[in-house]
Amino acid sequence: MKKFDYDIIVVGAGPAGSTAARYAAIGGAKVLMLEKDRDVGYPVRCGEAVSHEGVAQFIKPDPKWIASSVSKFRLIAPNGSSVVPKLDGGGYVLERRVFDYELAKLAASEGVEVITKAYVYDLLREDGKIVGVQTLIKDKKVDIRSKIVIAADGVESRVGKWAGMDTTCHIRDMESCAQMTLSGIEVDPDVLDFYFGDEVSPGGYLWVFPKGKDTANVGLGLSVEEAKKKSAIKFLHEFVDRKFPKVAMLTHIAGGVPCAKTNPEIVKENVILVGDAAHQVNPVSGGGIISGMIGGMIGGQVAAEAIVRGEVLHLREYDKRWHKRLGWRHDIFYNIRNAIGNFDDETYNNICDSALKLPEDKRTLGGIFRSALWNQPSMILDVAKVFLS
Amino acid sequence: MPQPHLMIHIVPGKCDYCGCCVGVCPEDAIELMESKIALIEDRCTNCRKCVWACPWEVIEFHRDGVDHLPKQIPQMINEAVKF
Ligand SMILES: Cc1cc2nc3c(=O)[nH]c(=O)nc-3n(C[C@H](O)[C@H](O)[C@H](O)COP(=O)(O)OP(=O)(O)OC[C@H]3O[C@@H](n4cnc5c(N)ncnc54)[C@H](O)[C@@H]3O)c2cc1C
Ligand code: SF4
Ligand code: SF4
Repeated sequence: MKKFDYDIIVVGAGPAGSTAARYAAIGGAKVLMLEKDRDVGYPVRCGEAVSHEGVAQFIKPDPKWIASSVSKFRLIAPNGSSVVPKLDGGGYVLERRVFDYELAKLAASEGVEVITKAYVYDLLREDGKIVGVQTLIKDKKVDIRSKIVIAADGVESRVGKWAGMDTTCHIRDMESCAQMTLSGIEVDPDVLDFYFGDEVSPGGYLWVFPKGKDTANVGLGLSVEEAKKKSAIKFLHEFVDRKFPKVAMLTHIAGGVPCAKTNPEIVKENVILVGDAAHQVNPVSGGGIISGMIGGMIGGQVAAEAIVRGEVLHLREYDKRWHKRLGWRHDIFYNIRNAIGNFDDETYNNICDSALKLPEDKRTLGGIFRSALWNQPSMILDVAKVFLS
Repeated sequence: MPQPHLMIHIVPGKCDYCGCCVGVCPEDAIELMESKIALIEDRCTNCRKCVWACPWEVIEFHRDGVDHLPKQIPQMINEAVKF
């Protein structure tokens, strides 16, 4: 038997990959992380909003990767009326190109080796067994051997498929996204704006996330099922032309968010999936940074335990711990997503109206959702239906 | 140029390399690198999911590809609608 170069190879250096690599190394494994792009953290395909509580469990908040600190949401109904609930515990709009870099540095400080411009094009097999990955490193073919492979290769993940897991995201669950970073505009640096309704994003939402007083990420996502009729880029251009005509566009990106339940399989033989690759995104909000990091942490810890024990079968524990920690919640959130996806403009207007009648201290997201249910008995039925289904 | 049987065409130079199309492709028929995208032609089934998913309208579906389909297919369609 040939020697292994590493205990664990992590494919992809996003938040999930760097966190998995970091915790695998802390657990005692020899880890290599491979990233296909030239830079870790760039290009940024993200609205960049996270909660303080979520991020602080992994890294101390640092002004160098925080573009704005936010304390409120503003939910804007199709008829223009809005309600501004508090964001419990506050949150941030990140500078992800710095944030992702810092996460990779944290991994490196635990001994993780990192190679960029390293594209993984297949798994490496010997006698039918997976023994590492096949890569193109700066256009040269290199095979690298490892006992375990952690796939953190994002929404475009293919590693899981090569290992025999079906990770295809159903078009109903994939959010097709477009975003611009606009500058020279006026925004409230303390507030995350969400626009709802058929005109801006049927079944989804449009966000304006501030990065300081004069710059914001303006983007939207909608189910591919809706995007069939009209694409994300068309919706975005229409909104921006209406709301922010003739301003500076600093970035312009496309993206996809798998707003599904966790993939049915996230462990197979000696391969595990973390982050977007495992569909570990909150299906209601589309937020996948923190949940992907939680998946990465659990995956990295379990993989290191498997190495220390010399027992690959131990990887199954990852699936159990993920579902106990967050997966079960995502299953419920997925059903809520389906109920919300059916709201029409009138429902959103009514929800906003009834929320405005709430006393200010009850205007939290939870409070609004509860009051929406209370004032819309038909919605209780809708939600009950999806919960029972 | 797309293969005769292919109705899917990724317009060169228009892609943002975001991976949304790869995420919905059931056949693992799209290869995506840092700034290169390619169809793995013998795997593509012309299902169109990537066309709908692409936020930037980079992937086109050419109906005229139907003319180049293997002859058995139109024949099968004829058979399929018989009672
Ligand atoms: C428009 C948009 C807005 C969003 N807004 C938010 C938000 O506001 N808040 C939030 O929490 N989440 C948001 N998300 C979701 C969030 O960006 C993702 O959930 C998160 O980035 C997932 O992290 P990850 O590490 O799993 O994957 P990624 O960050 O996608 O990292 C995957 C990495 O793997 C690399 N890779 C892929 N294939 C290979 C290969 N074959 N070989 C080597 N490397 C490979 C990629 O280059 C990439 O660097 C948004 C997403 C989009 C598209
Ligand atoms: S048409 Fe279907 S099979 Fe072909 S590349 Fe697109 S999604 Fe994949
Ligand atoms: S979804 Fe569109 S922009 Fe994104 S990688 Fe595919 S073809 Fe390119």
